Amino acid sequence: MKELVYLPDVVTLNLCEATCNGCGMCIKVCPHEVFELSGKKAHIVRKDFCMECGACALNCQVKAITVNSGVGCAAGIIGGILNNTEPTCGCSDSKAACC
Amino acid sequence: MKSEYITGNTSVNGEAIPVVSTELNTKDFLGAVMVRWGINRDRYRVNPGIYAVGSPGPGAEVFVSANYKLSFDSLRKNLQGKNGWILVLDTKGVNVWCAAGKGTFGTKELINRINIVNLDKIVSHKRLILPQLGATGVAAFKVKEETGFNVHYGPVRAADIKKFIADGYRADKEMRKVNFSFIDRVKLIPNDFVYGKFYLLAAMAVLFLLSGISAHGFSYRNFQDEGGSAILKVFLAYFAGIVITPIFLPYLPARFFSFKGFYSGTIVFLILLLTRSAGHNLFEILSWFLIITTISSFLAMNFTGSSTYTSLSGVKKEMKISIPLQIGFAFTGIGLQIAEKLIY
Ligand code: SF4
Ligand code: SF4
Repeated sequence: MKELVYLPDVVTLNLCEATCNGCGMCIKVCPHEVFELSGKKAHIVRKDFCMECGACALNCQVKAITVNSGVGCAAGIIGGILNNTEPTCGCSDSKAACC
Repeated sequence: MKSEYITGNTSVNGEAIPVVSTELNTKDFLGAVMVRWGINRDRYRVNPGIYAVGSPGPGAEVFVSANYKLSFDSLRKNLQGKNGWILVLDTKGVNVWCAAGKGTFGTKELINRINIVNLDKIVSHKRLILPQLGATGVAAFKVKEETGFNVHYGPVRAADIKKFIADGYRADKEMRKVNFSFIDRVKLIPNDFVYGKFYLLAAMAVLFLLSGISAHGFSYRNFQDEGGSAILKVFLAYFAGIVITPIFLPYLPARFFSFKGFYSGTIVFLILLLTRSAGHNLFEILSWFLIITTISSFLAMNFTGSSTYTSLSGVKKEMKISIPLQIGFAFTGIGLQIAEKLIY
Protein backbone atom coordinates (compact mmCIF):
# COMPACT_ATOMS: atom_id res chain seq x y z
CA MET A 1 0.00 0.00 0.00
CA LYS A 2 1.14 3.51 -0.72
CA GLU A 3 2.34 5.20 2.41
CA LEU A 4 0.23 8.09 3.56
CA VAL A 5 1.79 11.52 3.80
CA TYR A 6 -0.01 14.53 5.22
CA LEU A 7 0.95 18.09 4.22
CA PRO A 8 4.23 19.15 2.62
CA ASP A 9 6.53 21.73 4.27
CA VAL A 10 4.72 22.27 7.55
CA VAL A 11 6.71 20.15 9.95
CA THR A 12 8.79 21.94 12.58
CA LEU A 13 11.46 19.23 12.84
CA ASN A 14 15.08 20.37 12.92
CA LEU A 15 18.33 18.50 13.25
CA CYS A 16 21.66 20.09 14.06
CA GLU A 17 24.09 17.76 12.34
CA ALA A 18 27.10 19.39 13.96
CA THR A 19 25.84 18.42 17.43
CA CYS A 20 24.81 14.89 16.44
CA ASN A 21 27.08 12.11 17.69
CA GLY A 22 25.67 9.45 15.41
CA CYS A 23 24.24 7.26 18.19
CA GLY A 24 21.32 6.24 15.98
CA MET A 25 18.68 6.48 18.69
CA CYS A 26 16.45 8.81 16.65
CA ILE A 27 16.32 6.20 13.90
CA LYS A 28 15.24 3.52 16.37
CA VAL A 29 12.39 5.53 17.86
CA CYS A 30 10.93 7.21 14.78
CA PRO A 31 7.74 5.52 13.58
CA HIS A 32 7.97 7.06 10.10
CA GLU A 33 11.57 6.47 8.99
CA VAL A 34 12.33 10.15 8.89
CA PHE A 35 16.07 9.78 9.61
CA GLU A 36 18.95 7.97 8.05
CA LEU A 37 22.46 7.49 9.34
CA SER A 38 25.41 8.08 7.06
CA GLY A 39 28.92 9.29 7.70
CA LYS A 40 28.37 8.91 11.48
CA LYS A 41 25.64 11.55 11.42
CA ALA A 42 21.89 11.39 11.33
CA HIS A 43 20.14 13.12 8.43
CA ILE A 44 16.54 14.05 7.89
CA VAL A 45 15.50 12.27 4.73
CA ARG A 46 11.69 12.20 4.81
CA LYS A 47 10.66 15.33 6.60
CA ASP A 48 7.09 15.46 5.34
CA PHE A 49 6.38 12.06 6.89
CA CYS A 50 7.13 13.38 10.37
CA MET A 51 4.10 13.50 12.66
CA GLU A 52 5.78 15.63 15.33
CA CYS A 53 5.47 12.97 18.01
CA GLY A 54 8.67 14.19 19.64
CA ALA A 55 10.18 10.76 20.34
CA CYS A 56 13.42 11.59 18.53
CA ALA A 57 14.01 14.88 20.31
CA LEU A 58 13.24 13.38 23.71
CA ASN A 59 15.63 10.48 23.15
CA CYS A 60 18.50 12.48 21.69
CA GLN A 61 20.99 12.74 24.49
CA VAL A 62 22.91 15.66 22.98
CA LYS A 63 19.76 17.60 22.11
CA ALA A 64 20.58 17.80 18.42
CA ILE A 65 16.90 17.56 17.46
CA THR A 66 14.16 20.08 18.03
CA VAL A 67 10.53 19.67 17.10
CA ASN A 68 7.43 21.46 18.20
CA SER A 69 5.69 18.28 19.27
CA GLY A 70 2.11 17.60 20.16
CA VAL A 71 -0.96 15.72 19.08
CA GLY A 72 -2.03 16.25 15.49
CA CYS A 73 -5.67 16.14 16.37
CA ALA A 74 -8.30 18.70 15.43
CA ALA A 75 -10.59 17.89 18.36
CA GLY A 76 -7.62 18.28 20.69
CA ILE A 77 -6.72 21.64 19.24
CA ILE A 78 -10.30 22.89 19.51
CA GLY A 79 -10.40 21.62 23.09
CA GLY A 80 -7.11 23.35 23.79
CA ILE A 81 -8.42 26.66 22.48
CA LEU A 82 -11.66 26.38 24.44
CA ASN A 83 -9.90 25.50 27.68
CA ASN A 84 -6.94 27.77 27.01
CA THR A 85 -4.43 24.92 27.32
CA GLU A 86 -2.05 23.03 25.10
CA PRO A 87 -3.79 20.81 22.56
CA THR A 88 -4.54 17.51 24.25
CA CYS A 89 -6.56 14.60 23.15
CA GLY A 90 -9.26 13.28 25.40
CA CYS A 91 -7.80 9.83 25.66
CA SER A 92 -8.50 9.36 29.31
CA ASP A 93 -12.15 10.17 29.51
CA SER A 94 -14.68 7.56 28.69
CA LYS A 95 -16.27 9.23 25.71
CA ALA A 96 -13.23 10.23 23.80
CA ALA A 97 -11.79 8.84 20.66
CA CYS A 98 -8.11 8.39 20.91
CA CYS A 99 -5.36 10.31 19.25
CA MET B 1 -11.24 -9.02 43.39
CA LYS B 2 -8.83 -11.38 41.72
CA SER B 3 -8.63 -10.83 38.00
CA GLU B 4 -9.33 -13.81 35.81
CA TYR B 5 -6.17 -13.54 33.80
CA ILE B 6 -4.14 -14.20 36.94
CA THR B 7 -3.53 -17.92 37.21
CA GLY B 8 -1.36 -18.05 40.32
CA ASN B 9 1.64 -16.60 42.03
CA THR B 10 5.36 -16.98 41.88
CA SER B 11 7.51 -16.08 44.83
CA VAL B 12 10.59 -13.92 44.44
CA ASN B 13 12.55 -12.97 47.58
CA GLY B 14 9.49 -13.84 49.65
CA GLU B 15 7.19 -11.56 47.64
CA ALA B 16 4.31 -13.01 45.67
CA ILE B 17 4.21 -11.93 42.03
CA PRO B 18 1.05 -12.74 40.08
CA VAL B 19 1.41 -15.05 37.08
CA VAL B 20 -0.78 -14.19 34.11
CA SER B 21 -2.22 -16.41 31.44
CA THR B 22 -1.19 -15.94 27.81
CA GLU B 23 -4.54 -17.16 26.55
CA LEU B 24 -7.28 -14.63 26.02
CA ASN B 25 -10.73 -15.95 26.91
CA THR B 26 -14.20 -15.02 25.72
CA LYS B 27 -14.47 -12.39 28.38
CA ASP B 28 -11.30 -10.67 27.17
CA PHE B 29 -12.67 -10.65 23.63
CA LEU B 30 -16.05 -9.31 24.69
CA GLY B 31 -14.35 -6.68 26.78
CA ALA B 32 -12.26 -5.63 23.78
CA VAL B 33 -15.34 -5.34 21.59
CA MET B 34 -17.09 -3.22 24.19
CA VAL B 35 -14.12 -0.92 24.54
CA ARG B 36 -14.05 -0.43 20.77
CA TRP B 37 -17.65 0.72 21.01
CA GLY B 38 -16.73 3.07 23.79
CA ILE B 39 -18.45 1.06 26.52
CA ASN B 40 -16.82 0.62 29.89
CA ARG B 41 -13.62 2.18 28.67
CA ASP B 42 -12.74 3.78 31.95
CA ARG B 43 -12.83 0.57 33.91
CA TYR B 44 -10.73 -1.38 31.47
CA ARG B 45 -7.60 -1.26 33.54
CA VAL B 46 -4.93 -3.50 34.98
CA ASN B 47 -3.29 -2.79 38.31
CA PRO B 48 0.17 -1.30 37.79
CA GLY B 49 3.05 -3.45 38.99
CA ILE B 50 5.03 -6.51 38.04
CA TYR B 51 3.58 -9.72 36.57
CA ALA B 52 5.09 -13.03 35.51
CA VAL B 53 4.50 -14.94 32.29
CA GLY B 54 5.39 -18.65 32.32
CA SER B 55 8.00 -19.34 34.98
CA PRO B 56 10.58 -16.61 34.60
CA GLY B 57 13.88 -16.57 36.46
CA PRO B 58 16.19 -13.66 37.19
CA GLY B 59 17.54 -13.81 33.64
CA ALA B 60 14.15 -13.44 31.93
CA GLU B 61 13.29 -10.36 29.90
CA VAL B 62 11.20 -7.49 31.25
CA PHE B 63 8.49 -6.11 28.96
CA VAL B 64 6.97 -2.78 29.83
CA SER B 65 3.30 -2.07 29.16
CA ALA B 66 0.51 0.38 29.91
CA ASN B 67 -2.29 -0.39 32.32
CA TYR B 68 -4.88 -0.17 29.57
CA LYS B 69 -6.16 -3.70 29.42
CA LEU B 70 -6.08 -3.95 25.62
CA SER B 71 -2.36 -3.06 25.57
CA PHE B 72 -1.70 -5.53 28.37
CA ASP B 73 -3.76 -8.27 26.69
CA SER B 74 -2.04 -7.98 23.36
CA LEU B 75 1.33 -8.18 25.07
CA ARG B 76 0.58 -11.28 27.16
CA LYS B 77 -1.06 -13.00 24.22
CA ASN B 78 2.11 -12.54 22.18
CA LEU B 79 4.31 -13.90 24.94
CA GLN B 80 2.73 -17.33 24.71
CA GLY B 81 5.27 -20.04 25.39
CA LYS B 82 7.83 -17.57 26.74
CA ASN B 83 9.06 -16.86 30.22
CA GLY B 84 9.22 -13.23 31.05
CA TRP B 85 8.19 -10.36 33.26
CA ILE B 86 5.67 -7.67 32.48
CA LEU B 87 6.08 -4.31 34.16
CA VAL B 88 2.79 -2.43 33.99
CA LEU B 89 3.02 1.35 34.32
CA ASP B 90 0.22 3.48 35.69
CA THR B 91 -1.01 5.24 32.57
CA LYS B 92 -4.49 5.89 34.00
CA GLY B 93 -5.95 3.20 31.78
CA VAL B 94 -4.75 4.78 28.55
CA ASN B 95 -2.97 2.93 25.76
CA VAL B 96 0.76 3.24 25.19
CA TRP B 97 0.78 5.79 22.42
CA CYS B 98 -1.77 8.16 23.88
CA ALA B 99 -0.20 7.85 27.28
CA ALA B 100 3.28 8.49 25.90
CA GLY B 101 1.99 11.61 24.17
CA LYS B 102 0.57 12.82 27.45
CA GLY B 103 3.65 11.81 29.38
CA THR B 104 1.91 9.29 31.67
CA PHE B 105 3.75 6.50 29.90
CA GLY B 106 6.84 8.48 30.67
CA THR B 107 10.33 8.64 32.05
CA LYS B 108 9.20 9.55 35.56
CA GLU B 109 6.57 6.85 35.89
CA LEU B 110 8.93 4.21 34.53
CA ILE B 111 11.68 5.14 36.99
CA ASN B 112 9.12 5.21 39.79
CA ARG B 113 7.69 1.83 38.91
CA ILE B 114 11.14 0.22 38.63
CA ASN B 115 11.84 1.41 42.17
CA ILE B 116 8.44 0.49 43.60
CA VAL B 117 8.63 -3.12 42.46
CA ASN B 118 12.37 -3.36 43.23
CA LEU B 119 13.08 -4.58 39.76
CA ASP B 120 16.79 -4.89 40.42
CA LYS B 121 15.99 -7.56 43.04
CA ILE B 122 13.79 -9.49 40.64
CA VAL B 123 16.08 -9.66 37.64
CA SER B 124 19.84 -9.94 37.45
CA HIS B 125 20.22 -8.09 34.15
CA LYS B 126 19.67 -4.46 33.18
CA ARG B 127 17.46 -4.72 30.12
CA LEU B 128 13.94 -3.38 29.61
CA ILE B 129 11.91 -3.86 26.46
CA LEU B 130 9.47 -1.05 25.71
CA PRO B 131 7.02 -0.75 22.89
CA GLN B 132 8.56 1.68 20.42
CA LEU B 133 5.60 4.02 20.58
CA GLY B 134 6.42 4.59 24.25
CA ALA B 135 9.48 6.55 23.10
CA THR B 136 7.35 9.67 22.77
CA GLY B 137 7.18 9.74 26.57
CA VAL B 138 10.34 7.98 27.68
CA ALA B 139 13.87 9.33 27.41
CA ALA B 140 15.93 6.16 27.44
CA PHE B 141 19.15 7.84 28.51
CA LYS B 142 17.48 9.39 31.57
CA VAL B 143 16.14 6.01 32.69
CA LYS B 144 19.66 4.66 32.38
CA GLU B 145 21.10 7.51 34.44
CA GLU B 146 18.57 7.12 37.22
CA THR B 147 18.16 3.36 37.46
CA GLY B 148 20.93 1.73 35.47
CA PHE B 149 18.39 -0.03 33.26
CA ASN B 150 18.88 0.06 29.50
CA VAL B 151 15.73 0.76 27.54
CA HIS B 152 15.40 -1.22 24.33
CA TYR B 153 12.66 -0.13 22.05
CA GLY B 154 10.88 -3.14 20.64
CA PRO B 155 8.45 -3.36 17.74
CA VAL B 156 5.48 -1.05 17.31
CA ARG B 157 3.07 -3.98 17.21
CA ALA B 158 2.97 -6.61 19.96
CA ALA B 159 2.37 -9.19 17.23
CA ASP B 160 6.01 -8.76 16.15
CA ILE B 161 7.43 -9.49 19.60
CA LYS B 162 8.24 -13.13 18.89
CA LYS B 163 10.11 -12.24 15.75
CA PHE B 164 11.85 -9.42 17.60
CA ILE B 165 13.07 -11.89 20.22
CA ALA B 166 14.03 -14.49 17.62
CA ASP B 167 16.04 -11.88 15.73
CA GLY B 168 18.13 -11.18 18.81
CA TYR B 169 16.16 -8.19 20.15
CA ARG B 170 16.41 -6.26 16.95
CA ALA B 171 13.48 -4.43 15.48
CA ASP B 172 13.81 -4.23 11.72
CA LYS B 173 12.54 -1.35 9.62
CA GLU B 174 9.10 -2.82 9.13
CA MET B 175 8.65 -3.49 12.84
CA ARG B 176 9.50 0.09 13.65
CA LYS B 177 7.11 1.63 11.23
CA VAL B 178 3.60 2.74 12.01
CA ASN B 179 1.10 1.93 9.30
CA PHE B 180 -2.42 3.07 8.93
CA SER B 181 -3.90 0.16 7.08
CA PHE B 182 -7.48 -0.45 6.10
CA ILE B 183 -7.94 -2.66 9.16
CA ASP B 184 -6.37 -0.10 11.48
CA ARG B 185 -8.79 2.50 10.19
CA VAL B 186 -11.86 0.28 10.35
CA LYS B 187 -11.11 -0.63 13.96
CA LEU B 188 -11.36 3.04 14.90
CA ILE B 189 -14.77 3.56 13.35
CA PRO B 190 -17.02 2.21 16.14
CA ASN B 191 -15.42 4.41 18.75
CA ASP B 192 -15.60 7.53 16.59
CA PHE B 193 -19.15 6.67 15.72
CA VAL B 194 -20.13 6.62 19.37
CA TYR B 195 -17.91 9.56 20.25
CA GLY B 196 -19.62 11.91 17.84
CA LYS B 197 -23.13 11.09 18.97
CA PHE B 198 -23.66 14.50 20.55
CA TYR B 199 -22.78 16.26 17.32
CA LEU B 200 -25.13 13.91 15.55
CA LEU B 201 -28.05 14.49 17.90
CA ALA B 202 -27.50 18.24 17.95
CA ALA B 203 -27.39 18.49 14.15
CA MET B 204 -30.43 16.26 13.82
CA ALA B 205 -32.34 18.39 16.30
CA VAL B 206 -31.46 21.65 14.53
CA LEU B 207 -32.41 20.42 11.09
CA PHE B 208 -35.54 18.75 12.37
CA LEU B 209 -36.63 22.06 13.86
CA LEU B 210 -35.78 23.88 10.64
CA SER B 211 -37.88 21.41 8.69
CA GLY B 212 -40.94 22.63 10.53
CA ILE B 213 -40.60 26.23 9.44
CA SER B 214 -43.13 27.61 7.01
CA ALA B 215 -44.26 31.08 5.97
CA HIS B 216 -46.86 30.85 8.74
CA GLY B 217 -44.51 29.84 11.55
CA PHE B 218 -43.97 26.25 12.60
CA SER B 219 -46.22 23.80 10.89
CA TYR B 220 -47.00 20.29 11.99
CA ARG B 221 -47.51 19.18 8.45
CA ASN B 222 -43.99 20.24 7.55
CA PHE B 223 -42.56 18.28 10.46
CA GLN B 224 -44.50 15.27 9.26
CA ASP B 225 -43.50 15.65 5.65
CA GLU B 226 -39.91 16.82 5.98
CA GLY B 227 -38.71 16.05 9.52
CA GLY B 228 -37.90 12.40 8.92
CA SER B 229 -36.04 13.06 5.73
CA ALA B 230 -34.04 15.87 7.38
CA ILE B 231 -32.94 13.50 10.12
CA LEU B 232 -32.00 10.87 7.58
CA LYS B 233 -29.89 13.32 5.60
CA VAL B 234 -28.03 14.40 8.71
CA PHE B 235 -27.42 10.78 9.55
CA LEU B 236 -26.04 10.11 6.06
CA ALA B 237 -23.74 13.11 6.38
CA TYR B 238 -22.53 11.72 9.70
CA PHE B 239 -21.99 8.36 8.06
CA ALA B 240 -19.98 10.02 5.29
CA GLY B 241 -17.67 11.75 7.78
CA ILE B 242 -17.21 8.91 10.21
CA VAL B 243 -17.44 5.77 8.11
CA ILE B 244 -16.84 6.55 4.43
CA THR B 245 -13.94 8.95 5.01
CA PRO B 246 -11.77 6.58 7.08
CA ILE B 247 -12.49 3.64 4.79
CA PHE B 248 -11.53 5.47 1.62
CA LEU B 249 -8.95 7.73 3.26
CA PRO B 250 -6.07 7.07 0.85
CA TYR B 251 -8.31 7.37 -2.19
CA LEU B 252 -10.10 10.63 -1.47
CA PRO B 253 -8.17 13.13 -3.58
CA ALA B 254 -7.09 15.72 -1.01
CA ARG B 255 -4.48 16.12 1.68
CA PHE B 256 -6.66 17.96 4.15
CA PHE B 257 -8.91 15.58 6.05
CA SER B 258 -11.63 18.22 5.96
CA PHE B 259 -11.49 18.19 2.15
CA LYS B 260 -11.56 14.40 2.12
CA GLY B 261 -14.70 14.67 4.23
CA PHE B 262 -16.11 17.21 1.82
CA TYR B 263 -15.72 14.64 -0.96
CA SER B 264 -17.33 11.80 0.94
CA GLY B 265 -20.17 14.17 1.84
CA THR B 266 -20.47 14.97 -1.85
CA ILE B 267 -20.79 11.28 -2.66
CA VAL B 268 -23.69 10.96 -0.23
CA PHE B 269 -25.25 14.10 -1.66
CA LEU B 270 -24.98 12.77 -5.22
CA ILE B 271 -26.69 9.57 -4.18
CA LEU B 272 -29.52 11.61 -2.71
CA LEU B 273 -29.67 13.70 -5.86
CA LEU B 274 -29.82 10.68 -8.14
CA THR B 275 -32.58 9.11 -6.07
CA ARG B 276 -34.44 12.43 -6.23
CA SER B 277 -34.34 12.86 -2.45
CA ALA B 278 -32.06 15.90 -2.22
CA GLY B 279 -34.88 18.44 -2.24
CA HIS B 280 -37.82 19.84 -4.15
CA ASN B 281 -36.18 22.90 -5.67
CA LEU B 282 -32.79 24.39 -6.36
CA PHE B 283 -32.68 26.30 -3.06
CA GLU B 284 -33.34 23.24 -1.02
CA ILE B 285 -30.98 21.06 -3.00
CA LEU B 286 -28.17 23.57 -2.67
CA SER B 287 -28.80 24.01 1.03
CA TRP B 288 -28.58 20.26 1.60
CA PHE B 289 -25.39 20.08 -0.40
CA LEU B 290 -23.81 22.70 1.85
CA ILE B 291 -25.09 21.19 5.08
CA ILE B 292 -24.16 17.60 4.27
CA THR B 293 -20.64 18.46 3.12
CA THR B 294 -20.06 20.68 6.17
CA ILE B 295 -21.05 17.97 8.62
CA SER B 296 -18.98 15.35 6.84
CA SER B 297 -16.01 17.68 6.49
CA PHE B 298 -16.02 18.66 10.17
CA LEU B 299 -16.19 15.06 11.34
CA ALA B 300 -13.50 13.98 8.90
CA MET B 301 -11.28 16.72 10.25
CA ASN B 302 -11.67 15.21 13.69
CA PHE B 303 -10.35 11.94 12.32
CA THR B 304 -6.91 13.58 12.25
CA GLY B 305 -6.84 12.69 15.93
CA SER B 306 -7.17 9.00 15.21
CA SER B 307 -4.78 8.91 12.30
CA THR B 308 -1.15 8.00 12.75
CA TYR B 309 0.49 10.39 10.34
CA THR B 310 -0.86 13.88 10.98
CA SER B 311 1.35 16.44 12.65
CA LEU B 312 0.29 19.21 15.00
CA SER B 313 1.59 21.92 12.64
CA GLY B 314 -0.23 20.32 9.74
CA VAL B 315 -3.54 20.07 11.54
CA LYS B 316 -3.28 23.68 12.66
CA LYS B 317 -2.74 24.74 9.08
CA GLU B 318 -5.63 22.62 7.90
CA MET B 319 -7.96 24.06 10.53
CA LYS B 320 -7.01 27.63 9.75
CA ILE B 321 -8.19 27.17 6.19
CA SER B 322 -11.05 24.74 6.73
CA ILE B 323 -12.92 26.10 9.70
CA PRO B 324 -13.82 29.44 8.07
CA LEU B 325 -15.00 27.51 5.01
CA GLN B 326 -17.06 25.16 7.14
CA ILE B 327 -18.64 28.06 9.00
CA GLY B 328 -19.42 29.80 5.71
CA PHE B 329 -20.95 26.64 4.26
CA ALA B 330 -23.00 25.95 7.37
CA PHE B 331 -24.45 29.45 7.60
CA THR B 332 -25.22 29.67 3.91
CA GLY B 333 -26.79 26.22 3.99
CA ILE B 334 -28.99 26.99 6.96
CA GLY B 335 -29.85 30.42 5.54
CA LEU B 336 -30.96 28.88 2.26
CA GLN B 337 -32.94 26.28 4.10
CA ILE B 338 -34.88 28.91 6.02
CA ALA B 339 -35.30 31.14 2.97
CA GLU B 340 -36.61 28.23 0.95
CA LYS B 341 -39.21 27.41 3.59
CA LEU B 342 -40.38 30.99 3.79
CA ILE B 343 -40.59 31.48 0.03
CA TYR B 344 -42.14 28.24 -1.18
S1 SF4 C 1 19.69 10.66 18.55
FE1 SF4 C 1 20.72 12.64 18.36
S2 SF4 C 1 22.87 12.18 18.53
FE2 SF4 C 1 21.84 10.24 18.13
S3 SF4 C 1 21.93 10.00 15.91
FE3 SF4 C 1 19.99 11.01 16.36
S4 SF4 C 1 20.44 13.18 16.24
FE4 SF4 C 1 22.39 12.15 16.36
S1 SF4 D 1 8.91 13.77 15.76
FE1 SF4 D 1 8.34 11.60 15.67
S2 SF4 D 1 7.78 11.25 13.54
FE2 SF4 D 1 8.91 13.18 13.60
S3 SF4 D 1 11.00 12.61 13.17
FE3 SF4 D 1 10.80 12.64 15.40
S4 SF4 D 1 10.29 10.53 15.92
FE4 SF4 D 1 9.95 10.74 13.72
